[in-house]
Amino acid sequence: MEAPNLQVMSEKLIIIGAGQAAAQAVQSLRAEGFGGAITLVGDEAYPPYQRPPLSKAYLLGSFARERLFLKSDSFYDESDCELILGTRATAIHRAEKSVDLSDGRKLSYDKLLLTTGTKVRKLKCPGADLPGVYYLRDIADVDGLQTAFQPGTRIAIVGGGYIGLEVAAVAAKRGLDVTVFEAMDRLMARAVSTTVSDFYAAEHEKAGVKLKLRTGVEAFEGDGKVQQIRAGGQLYPADIVLIGIGVLPNDELATRAGLASEDGIVVDQNGRTGDPSIFAAGDCTRHIGREGTAIRLECVQNAIDQAKHCALAIAGKPKTYSEVPWFWSDQYDLKMQIAGLARPGDQIVLRGDPATRKFAAFHMRDGAVVAVEAVNAAPDYLAGRKWIAQGARIAPHKLADISVPLKEMA
Amino acid sequence: MAKITFISHDGKEQIVDVAEGWSLMEGAVKNSVPGIDADCGGACACATCHVYVDPAWTAALPPKSDSEEAMLDFALVTSPNSRLSCQIKVTAALDGLIVRVPVSQH
Repeated sequence: MEAPNLQVMSEKLIIIGAGQAAAQAVQSLRAEGFGGAITLVGDEAYPPYQRPPLSKAYLLGSFARERLFLKSDSFYDESDCELILGTRATAIHRAEKSVDLSDGRKLSYDKLLLTTGTKVRKLKCPGADLPGVYYLRDIADVDGLQTAFQPGTRIAIVGGGYIGLEVAAVAAKRGLDVTVFEAMDRLMARAVSTTVSDFYAAEHEKAGVKLKLRTGVEAFEGDGKVQQIRAGGQLYPADIVLIGIGVLPNDELATRAGLASEDGIVVDQNGRTGDPSIFAAGDCTRHIGREGTAIRLECVQNAIDQAKHCALAIAGKPKTYSEVPWFWSDQYDLKMQIAGLARPGDQIVLRGDPATRKFAAFHMRDGAVVAVEAVNAAPDYLAGRKWIAQGARIAPHKLADISVPLKEMA
Repeated sequence: MAKITFISHDGKEQIVDVAEGWSLMEGAVKNSVPGIDADCGGACACATCHVYVDPAWTAALPPKSDSEEAMLDFALVTSPNSRLSCQIKVTAALDGLIVRVPVSQH
Protein backbone atom coordinates (compact mmCIF):
# COMPACT_ATOMS: atom_id res chain seq x y z
CA MET A 1 0.00 0.00 0.00
CA GLU A 2 1.37 3.39 -0.97
CA ALA A 3 0.50 6.90 0.13
CA PRO A 4 -2.63 8.02 -1.73
CA ASN A 5 -2.11 10.10 -4.86
CA LEU A 6 -3.69 13.46 -4.01
CA GLN A 7 -4.73 14.11 -7.61
CA VAL A 8 -7.02 11.12 -7.60
CA MET A 9 -8.30 11.41 -4.02
CA SER A 10 -11.62 12.95 -4.95
CA GLU A 11 -12.27 11.22 -8.25
CA LYS A 12 -15.34 9.10 -8.81
CA LEU A 13 -14.71 5.88 -10.67
CA ILE A 14 -17.47 3.63 -11.98
CA ILE A 15 -16.68 0.08 -13.07
CA ILE A 16 -19.29 -1.51 -15.35
CA GLY A 17 -19.33 -5.30 -15.44
CA ALA A 18 -18.66 -7.42 -12.34
CA GLY A 19 -16.28 -10.15 -13.48
CA GLN A 20 -12.65 -11.15 -13.01
CA ALA A 21 -11.26 -7.88 -14.38
CA ALA A 22 -13.51 -5.82 -12.11
CA ALA A 23 -12.46 -7.62 -8.93
CA GLN A 24 -8.80 -7.27 -9.89
CA ALA A 25 -9.26 -3.58 -10.70
CA VAL A 26 -10.76 -2.83 -7.27
CA GLN A 27 -7.89 -4.62 -5.54
CA SER A 28 -5.19 -3.02 -7.72
CA LEU A 29 -6.69 0.50 -7.57
CA ARG A 30 -6.55 0.47 -3.79
CA ALA A 31 -3.10 -1.14 -3.76
CA GLU A 32 -1.86 1.58 -6.14
CA GLY A 33 -3.18 4.32 -3.89
CA PHE A 34 -6.36 5.35 -5.72
CA GLY A 35 -8.28 7.17 -2.98
CA GLY A 36 -11.43 8.15 -4.86
CA ALA A 37 -14.89 6.59 -4.71
CA ILE A 38 -15.37 3.27 -6.52
CA THR A 39 -18.77 1.98 -7.63
CA LEU A 40 -19.07 -1.45 -9.27
CA VAL A 41 -22.18 -2.13 -11.36
CA GLY A 42 -22.99 -5.73 -12.39
CA ASP A 43 -26.02 -7.19 -14.13
CA GLU A 44 -25.85 -10.59 -12.44
CA ALA A 45 -27.09 -11.08 -8.90
CA TYR A 46 -23.60 -12.07 -7.72
CA PRO A 47 -20.40 -10.21 -6.91
CA PRO A 48 -17.45 -11.11 -9.17
CA TYR A 49 -16.84 -14.85 -9.42
CA GLN A 50 -14.54 -17.25 -11.25
CA ARG A 51 -15.99 -18.46 -14.54
CA PRO A 52 -13.40 -21.16 -15.39
CA PRO A 53 -14.72 -23.71 -12.84
CA LEU A 54 -18.27 -23.39 -14.26
CA SER A 55 -17.64 -25.81 -17.12
CA LYS A 56 -15.39 -28.00 -14.98
CA ALA A 57 -15.56 -28.71 -11.22
CA TYR A 58 -18.72 -26.65 -10.58
CA LEU A 59 -20.67 -28.49 -13.29
CA LEU A 60 -19.37 -31.78 -11.91
CA GLY A 61 -20.74 -30.80 -8.50
CA SER A 62 -17.37 -31.01 -6.76
CA PHE A 63 -16.99 -27.27 -6.17
CA ALA A 64 -19.45 -25.38 -3.94
CA ARG A 65 -20.89 -22.10 -5.16
CA GLU A 66 -19.29 -20.09 -2.30
CA ARG A 67 -15.89 -21.11 -3.58
CA LEU A 68 -16.54 -19.47 -6.95
CA PHE A 69 -16.53 -15.96 -5.52
CA LEU A 70 -13.26 -14.18 -6.17
CA LYS A 71 -13.27 -12.16 -2.97
CA SER A 72 -14.51 -12.50 0.59
CA ASP A 73 -17.84 -10.87 1.50
CA SER A 74 -16.06 -8.14 3.42
CA PHE A 75 -13.57 -7.29 0.65
CA TYR A 76 -15.77 -4.70 -1.09
CA ASP A 77 -16.61 -2.93 2.16
CA GLU A 78 -13.00 -2.94 3.24
CA SER A 79 -12.02 -1.61 -0.19
CA ASP A 80 -14.66 1.10 0.10
CA CYS A 81 -16.31 -0.11 -3.09
CA GLU A 82 -20.06 0.25 -3.51
CA LEU A 83 -21.62 -2.80 -5.21
CA ILE A 84 -24.71 -2.30 -7.36
CA LEU A 85 -25.72 -5.79 -8.47
CA GLY A 86 -28.60 -7.13 -10.55
CA THR A 87 -28.51 -3.83 -12.41
CA ARG A 88 -27.46 -3.00 -15.96
CA ALA A 89 -25.82 0.13 -17.20
CA THR A 90 -28.01 1.22 -20.12
CA ALA A 91 -26.22 4.29 -21.47
CA ILE A 92 -23.03 6.31 -21.12
CA HIS A 93 -23.29 10.08 -21.60
CA ARG A 94 -19.72 11.12 -22.30
CA ALA A 95 -20.33 14.86 -22.52
CA GLU A 96 -21.86 15.07 -19.05
CA LYS A 97 -19.85 12.10 -17.73
CA SER A 98 -22.74 10.07 -16.44
CA VAL A 99 -24.12 6.56 -16.69
CA ASP A 100 -27.80 5.52 -16.75
CA LEU A 101 -28.75 2.38 -14.84
CA SER A 102 -31.63 0.00 -15.51
CA ASP A 103 -33.16 0.90 -12.12
CA GLY A 104 -33.61 4.49 -13.31
CA ARG A 105 -30.63 5.96 -11.48
CA LYS A 106 -28.07 8.21 -13.09
CA LEU A 107 -24.50 8.13 -11.71
CA SER A 108 -21.83 10.68 -12.51
CA TYR A 109 -18.19 9.73 -12.99
CA ASP A 110 -14.75 11.20 -13.45
CA LYS A 111 -13.31 7.95 -14.77
CA LEU A 112 -15.10 4.94 -16.19
CA LEU A 113 -13.79 1.38 -16.50
CA LEU A 114 -15.63 -1.03 -18.79
CA THR A 115 -15.18 -4.70 -17.85
CA THR A 116 -18.30 -5.94 -19.59
CA GLY A 117 -16.89 -9.28 -20.78
CA THR A 118 -18.60 -11.34 -23.42
CA LYS A 119 -21.88 -13.01 -24.25
CA VAL A 120 -22.37 -16.37 -25.92
CA ARG A 121 -22.65 -16.53 -29.68
CA LYS A 122 -26.11 -17.90 -30.43
CA LEU A 123 -26.67 -20.57 -33.02
CA LYS A 124 -29.21 -19.41 -35.54
CA CYS A 125 -30.99 -22.45 -36.89
CA PRO A 126 -34.53 -23.85 -36.74
CA GLY A 127 -35.42 -25.10 -33.26
CA ALA A 128 -32.55 -23.28 -31.53
CA ASP A 129 -34.95 -21.85 -28.94
CA LEU A 130 -36.56 -25.19 -28.00
CA PRO A 131 -36.53 -26.09 -24.30
CA GLY A 132 -33.60 -28.39 -23.57
CA VAL A 133 -31.14 -26.30 -25.58
CA TYR A 134 -28.54 -24.77 -23.25
CA TYR A 135 -25.64 -22.35 -23.38
CA LEU A 136 -22.96 -21.96 -20.71
CA ARG A 137 -21.73 -18.60 -19.55
CA ASP A 138 -22.85 -17.90 -16.01
CA ILE A 139 -23.86 -19.57 -12.74
CA ALA A 140 -27.54 -19.61 -13.71
CA ASP A 141 -26.74 -21.43 -16.97
CA VAL A 142 -24.88 -24.19 -15.14
CA ASP A 143 -27.50 -24.54 -12.44
CA GLY A 144 -30.05 -25.10 -15.23
CA LEU A 145 -27.86 -27.55 -17.13
CA GLN A 146 -27.01 -29.51 -13.96
CA THR A 147 -30.64 -30.47 -13.30
CA ALA A 148 -30.70 -32.16 -16.71
CA PHE A 149 -27.36 -33.89 -16.12
CA GLN A 150 -28.54 -37.40 -15.30
CA PRO A 151 -26.78 -40.69 -16.11
CA GLY A 152 -28.03 -42.11 -19.39
CA THR A 153 -29.24 -38.74 -20.69
CA ARG A 154 -28.25 -38.20 -24.31
CA ILE A 155 -26.45 -34.89 -24.66
CA ALA A 156 -25.56 -33.36 -28.01
CA ILE A 157 -22.76 -30.82 -27.73
CA VAL A 158 -22.45 -28.32 -30.55
CA GLY A 159 -18.90 -27.01 -30.84
CA GLY A 160 -15.65 -28.85 -30.14
CA GLY A 161 -13.87 -25.95 -28.43
CA TYR A 162 -12.83 -25.54 -24.79
CA ILE A 163 -16.37 -25.18 -23.41
CA GLY A 164 -17.87 -28.01 -25.45
CA LEU A 165 -15.06 -30.41 -24.61
CA GLU A 166 -14.89 -29.53 -20.90
CA VAL A 167 -18.64 -30.19 -20.69
CA ALA A 168 -18.18 -33.40 -22.70
CA ALA A 169 -15.58 -34.60 -20.19
CA VAL A 170 -17.81 -33.87 -17.20
CA ALA A 171 -20.82 -35.42 -18.92
CA ALA A 172 -18.91 -38.61 -19.81
CA LYS A 173 -17.70 -38.85 -16.22
CA ARG A 174 -21.29 -38.48 -14.98
CA GLY A 175 -22.48 -41.32 -17.24
CA LEU A 176 -24.27 -39.32 -19.91
CA ASP A 177 -24.31 -40.47 -23.52
CA VAL A 178 -22.23 -37.77 -25.23
CA THR A 179 -21.95 -36.72 -28.88
CA VAL A 180 -19.90 -33.69 -29.96
CA PHE A 181 -20.63 -31.98 -33.29
CA GLU A 182 -17.83 -29.85 -34.72
CA ALA A 183 -17.97 -28.08 -38.07
CA MET A 184 -14.17 -27.94 -38.49
CA ASP A 185 -12.03 -30.99 -39.25
CA ARG A 186 -10.43 -31.10 -35.79
CA LEU A 187 -11.10 -30.18 -32.15
CA MET A 188 -10.16 -26.78 -30.64
CA ALA A 189 -8.91 -25.77 -34.10
CA ARG A 190 -8.84 -22.09 -33.20
CA ALA A 191 -6.73 -22.63 -30.06
CA VAL A 192 -4.33 -25.57 -30.37
CA SER A 193 -2.05 -27.36 -32.85
CA THR A 194 -3.04 -30.48 -34.75
CA THR A 195 -0.92 -32.67 -32.45
CA VAL A 196 -2.89 -31.53 -29.41
CA SER A 197 -6.24 -31.73 -31.26
CA ASP A 198 -5.57 -35.30 -32.28
CA PHE A 199 -4.45 -36.27 -28.77
CA TYR A 200 -7.65 -34.88 -27.24
CA ALA A 201 -9.83 -36.50 -29.89
CA ALA A 202 -8.38 -39.89 -28.95
CA GLU A 203 -8.85 -39.22 -25.22
CA HIS A 204 -12.51 -38.26 -25.68
CA GLU A 205 -13.16 -41.34 -27.78
CA LYS A 206 -11.53 -43.50 -25.12
CA ALA A 207 -14.00 -42.02 -22.61
CA GLY A 208 -16.89 -43.05 -24.85
CA VAL A 209 -17.59 -39.63 -26.37
CA LYS A 210 -18.74 -39.81 -29.99
CA LEU A 211 -17.08 -37.15 -32.16
CA LYS A 212 -18.73 -35.90 -35.34
CA LEU A 213 -16.12 -33.72 -37.06
CA ARG A 214 -16.81 -31.74 -40.26
CA THR A 215 -20.45 -31.89 -39.21
CA GLY A 216 -22.42 -28.67 -39.15
CA VAL A 217 -25.72 -28.56 -37.28
CA GLU A 218 -28.77 -27.75 -39.39
CA ALA A 219 -31.71 -27.88 -36.97
CA PHE A 220 -33.07 -29.01 -33.63
CA GLU A 221 -36.39 -30.79 -33.69
CA GLY A 222 -38.87 -31.92 -31.08
CA ASP A 223 -42.39 -31.69 -29.77
CA GLY A 224 -42.36 -29.07 -27.00
CA LYS A 225 -38.69 -29.80 -26.25
CA VAL A 226 -35.62 -30.84 -28.16
CA GLN A 227 -35.68 -34.54 -29.13
CA GLN A 228 -33.32 -34.77 -32.06
CA ILE A 229 -30.64 -32.88 -33.86
CA ARG A 230 -30.20 -32.72 -37.61
CA ALA A 231 -26.54 -32.48 -38.57
CA GLY A 232 -24.62 -33.30 -41.73
CA GLY A 233 -27.87 -34.46 -43.29
CA GLN A 234 -28.53 -37.06 -40.58
CA LEU A 235 -30.78 -37.23 -37.53
CA TYR A 236 -29.37 -37.93 -34.06
CA PRO A 237 -31.58 -38.40 -30.98
CA ALA A 238 -30.82 -36.00 -28.10
CA ASP A 239 -32.44 -35.28 -24.73
CA ILE A 240 -30.47 -32.10 -24.17
CA VAL A 241 -28.21 -29.87 -26.23
CA LEU A 242 -25.31 -27.70 -25.11
CA ILE A 243 -24.11 -25.08 -27.55
CA GLY A 244 -20.55 -23.77 -27.18
CA ILE A 245 -19.62 -21.96 -30.36
CA GLY A 246 -17.76 -18.99 -28.97
CA VAL A 247 -18.46 -15.61 -27.47
CA LEU A 248 -18.90 -12.03 -28.63
CA PRO A 249 -17.69 -8.92 -26.83
CA ASN A 250 -20.22 -6.88 -24.87
CA ASP A 251 -19.38 -3.65 -26.64
CA GLU A 252 -22.81 -2.18 -27.35
CA LEU A 253 -22.72 0.22 -24.39
CA ALA A 254 -19.38 1.54 -25.65
CA THR A 255 -20.31 1.79 -29.32
CA ARG A 256 -23.62 3.53 -28.54
CA ALA A 257 -21.53 6.12 -26.71
CA GLY A 258 -19.40 6.58 -29.85
CA LEU A 259 -16.35 4.60 -28.70
CA ALA A 260 -14.57 2.52 -31.34
CA SER A 261 -15.03 -1.24 -31.36
CA GLU A 262 -13.56 -3.71 -33.83
CA ASP A 263 -14.93 -6.95 -32.42
CA GLY A 264 -13.76 -5.58 -29.07
CA ILE A 265 -13.59 -2.13 -27.51
CA VAL A 266 -10.40 -0.61 -28.87
CA VAL A 267 -7.91 0.28 -26.12
CA ASP A 268 -4.30 1.43 -26.10
CA GLN A 269 -1.44 -0.17 -24.17
CA ASN A 270 -2.56 1.52 -20.95
CA GLY A 271 -6.11 0.21 -21.34
CA ARG A 272 -7.50 3.60 -22.39
CA THR A 273 -10.22 3.92 -25.04
CA GLY A 274 -10.44 6.86 -27.45
CA ASP A 275 -11.97 8.86 -24.58
CA PRO A 276 -9.24 9.75 -22.05
CA SER A 277 -11.71 9.30 -19.15
CA ILE A 278 -12.81 5.81 -20.20
CA PHE A 279 -10.81 2.61 -19.82
CA ALA A 280 -11.64 -1.00 -20.65
CA ALA A 281 -10.16 -4.34 -19.61
CA GLY A 282 -10.61 -8.05 -20.26
CA ASP A 283 -12.49 -10.13 -22.83
CA CYS A 284 -14.47 -7.11 -24.11
CA THR A 285 -11.37 -5.31 -25.42
CA ARG A 286 -9.17 -5.31 -28.48
CA HIS A 287 -5.60 -4.21 -27.92
CA ILE A 288 -2.24 -4.23 -29.68
CA GLY A 289 -0.56 -7.41 -28.47
CA ARG A 290 3.14 -7.83 -27.77
CA GLU A 291 3.64 -9.04 -31.34
CA GLY A 292 2.30 -5.75 -32.65
CA THR A 293 -1.04 -6.90 -34.05
CA ALA A 294 -4.52 -6.06 -32.77
CA ILE A 295 -5.99 -8.95 -30.78
CA ARG A 296 -8.95 -9.74 -28.57
CA LEU A 297 -8.18 -12.36 -25.93
CA GLU A 298 -10.65 -14.46 -23.98
CA CYS A 299 -8.79 -15.47 -20.86
CA VAL A 300 -8.30 -14.89 -17.15
CA GLN A 301 -4.73 -13.73 -17.71
CA ASN A 302 -5.73 -10.81 -19.91
CA ALA A 303 -8.59 -9.84 -17.59
CA ILE A 304 -6.22 -9.71 -14.61
CA ASP A 305 -3.30 -8.04 -16.35
CA GLN A 306 -5.31 -5.45 -18.27
CA ALA A 307 -7.20 -4.60 -15.08
CA LYS A 308 -3.88 -4.08 -13.31
CA HIS A 309 -2.68 -1.82 -16.14
CA CYS A 310 -5.92 0.20 -16.09
CA ALA A 311 -5.57 0.61 -12.32
CA LEU A 312 -2.01 1.87 -12.78
CA ALA A 313 -3.10 4.38 -15.43
CA ILE A 314 -6.07 5.58 -13.36
CA ALA A 315 -3.80 5.98 -10.34
CA GLY A 316 -1.49 8.12 -12.48
CA LYS A 317 1.25 5.52 -12.99
CA PRO A 318 0.72 4.19 -16.55
CA LYS A 319 2.74 1.18 -17.69
CA THR A 320 2.84 -0.36 -21.17
CA TYR A 321 0.99 -3.66 -21.51
CA SER A 322 3.07 -6.44 -23.06
CA GLU A 323 2.19 -9.57 -21.11
CA VAL A 324 2.46 -13.11 -22.45
CA PRO A 325 -1.07 -14.53 -22.74
CA TRP A 326 -1.78 -17.85 -21.07
CA PHE A 327 -4.74 -20.23 -20.99
CA TRP A 328 -5.71 -23.54 -19.48
CA SER A 329 -8.29 -26.27 -19.88
CA ASP A 330 -9.18 -29.23 -17.65
CA GLN A 331 -10.60 -32.31 -19.35
CA TYR A 332 -10.65 -35.65 -17.48
CA ASP A 333 -7.36 -35.88 -15.59
CA LEU A 334 -5.61 -33.88 -18.30
CA LYS A 335 -4.36 -30.41 -17.51
CA MET A 336 -3.69 -28.40 -20.63
CA GLN A 337 -1.73 -25.17 -20.25
CA ILE A 338 -0.88 -22.84 -23.09
CA ALA A 339 1.28 -19.74 -23.16
CA GLY A 340 1.86 -17.41 -26.09
CA LEU A 341 0.03 -17.23 -29.39
CA ALA A 342 0.85 -19.80 -32.03
CA ARG A 343 0.53 -19.10 -35.75
CA PRO A 344 0.23 -21.40 -38.73
CA GLY A 345 3.72 -22.04 -40.07
CA ASP A 346 5.46 -22.14 -36.68
CA GLN A 347 7.98 -24.94 -36.28
CA ILE A 348 6.65 -27.38 -33.68
CA VAL A 349 9.06 -29.21 -31.38
CA LEU A 350 7.54 -32.02 -29.39
CA ARG A 351 8.99 -32.76 -25.95
CA GLY A 352 7.71 -36.02 -24.51
CA ASP A 353 5.46 -38.64 -26.08
CA PRO A 354 1.68 -38.02 -26.22
CA ALA A 355 1.24 -41.77 -25.63
CA THR A 356 2.51 -41.19 -22.07
CA ARG A 357 -0.24 -38.52 -21.59
CA LYS A 358 2.44 -36.03 -20.59
CA PHE A 359 4.04 -33.88 -23.26
CA ALA A 360 4.56 -30.36 -24.55
CA ALA A 361 4.51 -28.86 -28.02
CA PHE A 362 6.81 -25.85 -28.31
CA HIS A 363 6.23 -23.44 -31.17
CA MET A 364 9.32 -21.81 -32.63
CA ARG A 365 9.49 -18.83 -34.98
CA ASP A 366 12.80 -17.50 -36.32
CA GLY A 367 14.60 -19.61 -33.72
CA ALA A 368 12.73 -18.25 -30.71
CA VAL A 369 10.07 -19.92 -28.58
CA VAL A 370 6.75 -18.13 -29.23
CA ALA A 371 4.19 -20.52 -27.72
CA VAL A 372 3.93 -23.71 -25.70
CA GLU A 373 1.09 -26.17 -25.32
CA ALA A 374 1.66 -28.45 -22.35
CA VAL A 375 -0.44 -31.44 -21.33
CA ASN A 376 0.14 -32.71 -17.77
CA ALA A 377 3.52 -31.00 -18.05
CA ALA A 378 3.36 -27.88 -15.88
CA PRO A 379 7.16 -27.48 -15.65
CA ASP A 380 7.39 -27.36 -19.48
CA TYR A 381 4.63 -24.77 -19.53
CA LEU A 382 6.34 -22.61 -16.92
CA ALA A 383 9.72 -22.84 -18.65
CA GLY A 384 8.08 -22.05 -21.98
CA ARG A 385 6.25 -19.05 -20.62
CA LYS A 386 9.50 -17.66 -19.26
CA TRP A 387 11.30 -18.25 -22.56
CA ILE A 388 8.53 -16.54 -24.53
CA ALA A 389 8.78 -13.45 -22.32
CA GLN A 390 12.56 -13.44 -22.78
CA GLY A 391 12.45 -14.17 -26.50
CA ALA A 392 14.80 -17.08 -25.71
CA ARG A 393 16.31 -19.09 -28.53
CA ILE A 394 16.50 -22.78 -27.72
CA ALA A 395 18.08 -25.46 -29.91
CA PRO A 396 15.22 -27.68 -31.13
CA HIS A 397 17.22 -30.92 -30.76
CA LYS A 398 17.90 -30.14 -27.09
CA LEU A 399 14.28 -29.20 -26.45
CA ALA A 400 13.06 -32.46 -27.96
CA ASP A 401 15.42 -34.50 -25.76
CA ILE A 402 13.71 -35.25 -22.45
CA SER A 403 17.02 -36.35 -20.96
CA VAL A 404 18.12 -32.69 -21.06
CA PRO A 405 16.55 -30.92 -18.05
CA LEU A 406 14.51 -27.77 -18.76
CA LYS A 407 16.80 -25.72 -16.56
CA GLU A 408 19.76 -26.53 -18.83
CA MET A 409 18.13 -25.29 -22.05
CA ALA A 410 18.54 -21.55 -22.13
CA MET B 1 -12.92 -22.14 10.27
CA ALA B 2 -9.23 -21.99 11.03
CA LYS B 3 -7.32 -18.80 11.75
CA ILE B 4 -4.27 -18.53 9.52
CA THR B 5 -1.59 -15.87 9.91
CA PHE B 6 0.15 -14.65 6.75
CA ILE B 7 3.28 -12.61 7.36
CA SER B 8 4.45 -10.50 4.43
CA HIS B 9 8.11 -10.08 3.47
CA ASP B 10 8.21 -6.78 5.36
CA GLY B 11 6.79 -8.28 8.52
CA LYS B 12 3.12 -7.22 8.27
CA GLU B 13 0.73 -9.77 9.73
CA GLN B 14 -2.70 -10.54 8.30
CA ILE B 15 -4.92 -13.06 10.06
CA VAL B 16 -7.66 -14.60 7.94
CA ASP B 17 -10.40 -17.13 8.67
CA VAL B 18 -10.32 -19.97 6.17
CA ALA B 19 -13.15 -22.50 5.86
CA GLU B 20 -12.25 -26.12 6.43
CA GLY B 21 -11.84 -27.96 3.15
CA TRP B 22 -10.64 -24.87 1.32
CA SER B 23 -7.03 -24.46 0.34
CA LEU B 24 -4.72 -22.06 2.12
CA MET B 25 -4.32 -20.25 -1.22
CA GLU B 26 -8.08 -19.67 -1.56
CA GLY B 27 -8.18 -18.13 1.90
CA ALA B 28 -5.32 -15.83 0.95
CA VAL B 29 -6.66 -14.76 -2.45
CA LYS B 30 -10.21 -14.08 -1.28
CA ASN B 31 -8.81 -11.87 1.44
CA SER B 32 -6.33 -10.16 -0.88
CA VAL B 33 -3.26 -11.26 1.05
CA PRO B 34 -0.49 -9.42 -0.84
CA GLY B 35 2.07 -11.62 -2.53
CA ILE B 36 -0.12 -14.67 -3.21
CA ASP B 37 -0.81 -14.49 -6.96
CA ALA B 38 -2.15 -17.99 -7.64
CA ASP B 39 -2.16 -17.48 -11.40
CA CYS B 40 -3.51 -20.93 -12.20
CA GLY B 41 -6.42 -20.89 -9.81
CA GLY B 42 -5.17 -23.66 -7.57
CA ALA B 43 -4.16 -26.50 -9.85
CA CYS B 44 -0.56 -26.93 -8.70
CA ALA B 45 0.48 -25.61 -12.08
CA CYS B 46 2.13 -22.23 -11.66
CA ALA B 47 4.18 -21.95 -8.45
CA THR B 48 2.89 -18.44 -7.72
CA CYS B 49 1.29 -19.23 -4.35
CA HIS B 50 4.58 -20.16 -2.71
CA VAL B 51 4.79 -19.70 1.08
CA TYR B 52 7.29 -20.54 3.82
CA VAL B 53 5.65 -22.54 6.59
CA ASP B 54 6.61 -21.58 10.13
CA PRO B 55 9.07 -24.25 11.38
CA ALA B 56 6.75 -25.07 14.29
CA TRP B 57 4.07 -26.14 11.81
CA THR B 58 5.91 -28.02 9.05
CA ALA B 59 5.31 -31.41 10.69
CA ALA B 60 1.56 -30.75 11.00
CA LEU B 61 1.17 -30.60 7.21
CA PRO B 62 0.73 -33.55 4.88
CA PRO B 63 3.88 -34.28 2.83
CA LYS B 64 4.46 -32.72 -0.59
CA SER B 65 3.31 -34.65 -3.64
CA ASP B 66 5.68 -35.24 -6.55
CA SER B 67 3.92 -32.59 -8.60
CA GLU B 68 4.23 -30.03 -5.80
CA GLU B 69 7.96 -30.81 -5.56
CA ALA B 70 8.29 -30.41 -9.33
CA MET B 71 6.52 -27.05 -9.30
CA LEU B 72 8.49 -25.74 -6.32
CA ASP B 73 11.53 -26.14 -8.55
CA PHE B 74 10.17 -23.12 -10.43
CA ALA B 75 9.48 -20.95 -7.39
CA LEU B 76 12.01 -18.28 -6.49
CA VAL B 77 14.24 -18.71 -3.42
CA THR B 78 12.88 -21.92 -1.95
CA SER B 79 13.84 -23.51 1.35
CA PRO B 80 12.96 -26.85 2.96
CA ASN B 81 9.83 -25.29 4.52
CA SER B 82 8.58 -24.01 1.14
CA ARG B 83 5.09 -25.12 0.12
CA LEU B 84 2.54 -24.24 -2.52
CA SER B 85 -0.42 -22.89 -0.57
CA CYS B 86 -2.93 -24.29 -3.10
CA GLN B 87 -1.87 -27.79 -2.07
CA ILE B 88 -2.53 -27.30 1.64
CA LYS B 89 -6.10 -28.19 2.56
CA VAL B 90 -7.24 -26.36 5.66
CA THR B 91 -8.49 -28.46 8.57
CA ALA B 92 -9.34 -27.64 12.20
CA ALA B 93 -5.89 -28.98 13.10
CA LEU B 94 -4.32 -26.07 11.23
CA ASP B 95 -6.02 -23.40 13.37
CA GLY B 96 -3.22 -21.02 14.30
CA LEU B 97 -0.97 -21.90 11.34
CA ILE B 98 1.64 -19.26 10.50
CA VAL B 99 3.14 -18.88 7.03
CA ARG B 100 5.43 -16.28 5.49
CA VAL B 101 4.95 -14.85 2.00
CA PRO B 102 7.99 -14.32 -0.25
CA VAL B 103 8.95 -10.92 -1.69
CA SER B 104 7.85 -11.94 -5.17
CA GLN B 105 6.25 -14.89 -6.94
CA HIS B 106 7.77 -14.04 -10.32
